[in-house]
Amino acid sequence: MAILKLEGLTKTFEGKKGSINALTDINIEIEAGEIFGIIGMSGAGKSTLVRCINLLEKPTSGNVVFDGRELTMLKKKELEKERTKISMIFQQFNLLMQRTALKNVCFPLELSGVPKKEAEKKAKELLALVGLADRAGSYPAQLSGGQKQRVAIARALATDPKVLLCDEATSALDPKTTRAILELLKDINRKLGITIIIITHEMSVVQKICGRVAVIDGGQIAEIGVTSEIFAKPKSEAAKRLVYPDGQMEETFAGGGLLRIVFDGPTSQQPIMANMILEVGEPVNIIYASMQDIDDTAVGQMVIRMPADDDKAGEMIKYLKKNNLKIEEVRE
Amino acid sequence: MAQMIFEGILETLYMTIASTMLAYLFGLPLGVLLIVSDKNGIKPMPTLNAIISFIVNIFRSIPFLILLVAIIPFTRLVVGTMLGSTAAIVPLTVAAAPFVARMVETSLKEVDAGVVEAAESMGASTWQIISKVLLPEAKPSLITNATVTVITVLGYSAMAGFTGGGGLGDIATRYGLYKFDTATMWLVVLVIVVIVQILQEIGLRIAKVTDNRTR
Repeated sequence: MAILKLEGLTKTFEGKKGSINALTDINIEIEAGEIFGIIGMSGAGKSTLVRCINLLEKPTSGNVVFDGRELTMLKKKELEKERTKISMIFQQFNLLMQRTALKNVCFPLELSGVPKKEAEKKAKELLALVGLADRAGSYPAQLSGGQKQRVAIARALATDPKVLLCDEATSALDPKTTRAILELLKDINRKLGITIIIITHEMSVVQKICGRVAVIDGGQIAEIGVTSEIFAKPKSEAAKRLVYPDGQMEETFAGGGLLRIVFDGPTSQQPIMANMILEVGEPVNIIYASMQDIDDTAVGQMVIRMPADDDKAGEMIKYLKKNNLKIEEVRE
Repeated sequence: MAQMIFEGILETLYMTIASTMLAYLFGLPLGVLLIVSDKNGIKPMPTLNAIISFIVNIFRSIPFLILLVAIIPFTRLVVGTMLGSTAAIVPLTVAAAPFVARMVETSLKEVDAGVVEAAESMGASTWQIISKVLLPEAKPSLITNATVTVITVLGYSAMAGFTGGGGLGDIATRYGLYKFDTATMWLVVLVIVVIVQILQEIGLRIAKVTDNRTR
């Protein structure tokens, strides 16, 4: 069942130089319990879209149906109540700087009038869930970026929400912390069954965690579908730009062809080929390999025959490029 | 002499502290209202905002000495007399309240818009945002600005001496201006300087101790 339905959502900002269409006819259905990605370049309309979901921004037209209720029709008080079921985390964490981690997590409970003792008990449990049981008394200024985001996640979970909106939640974090936070979100999705919506400009984030993704461009949905399919075969221009950020547009490597891979320096220290096979889930046939040890770094090249499936071959190419290996197709 | 200065100190502190407190009683809600009703605020009310802003500006433009004299009828109405420290509290409050409103507005403006948005996304009402987000988050800045206000009011209170308001300003004026007793005048000025230093230091300390951003 769809927990969240966006129907013909349109947002127009009236400016001095005329009106700007931030969003045009957005239609998305998000299923309960899924992790859904919304990806787009900056300025594509992602932020406006996420703010329209919980009506921080009022859509110009169209409907937001959350859990069977039409949010755009609600009165202020009712809307405030529904909002507690759609939690949100932010790029800049947005914690209260004058409150401890524990008190930050208590904050949404305070808002809905939960008794102090009960709120603190719950807050402690949530801090334990995000792995910060020992930092309950710390102020945000004393925490690292990753820890702050964990507090923000605990705070977002305090009201037992049905949906968690993550607005560029990992964009201010380093890659290692990003991975840890994404793992945590995945874990929360699995354990608590909360629907998670990830808004990001990073394809890698979507790839790691989202089952389905909507690509948004110029305020419109360019493409929507299963993440792995869009990643392997982006159809729209916007999706292609995200998948090939360096402008190396879709080079067509036919499945079953030969590929020469050049190893030099640090890459040879990692089991790249093995990892590639594990990630893509398809074996390759090594036709030729030559490796030399030059000043303690392995240098060499390898020719492999790629799988017959075009998609799998494409994924392999992408993986190798991501790891900065030089590759070229070998004509037979 | 010592007795007179001591009484002057007490009168000055009485005027300053009472006026500042009263000024906050009126100025704090006005400052909050200015922020909340701003066109980008949590409850935009452009007309109300423009009206309050206009009134605040008017009172802030009138030089204190003129205001002091101009509102004598009002002071008489409230206190029954225009003489003495208690009477001076009326013009001091009228002058300081709009100043406080702007100070509070500035402090609240410093609160990160993202934090306010986060509270809104959690379903916080306007009142909850004011009482649980804006004011607590701006606390260190509010305290720093309150220190500035106290010292400004202290300066005004010296002028209130002109219309018989009492306090150190009164003494300095009488001895310095009318009796040409420069020594006493400078002694009184020195006392005022010391009081300002102490108030400033106390204010900064409180602001620092209550700020959890820097620990």
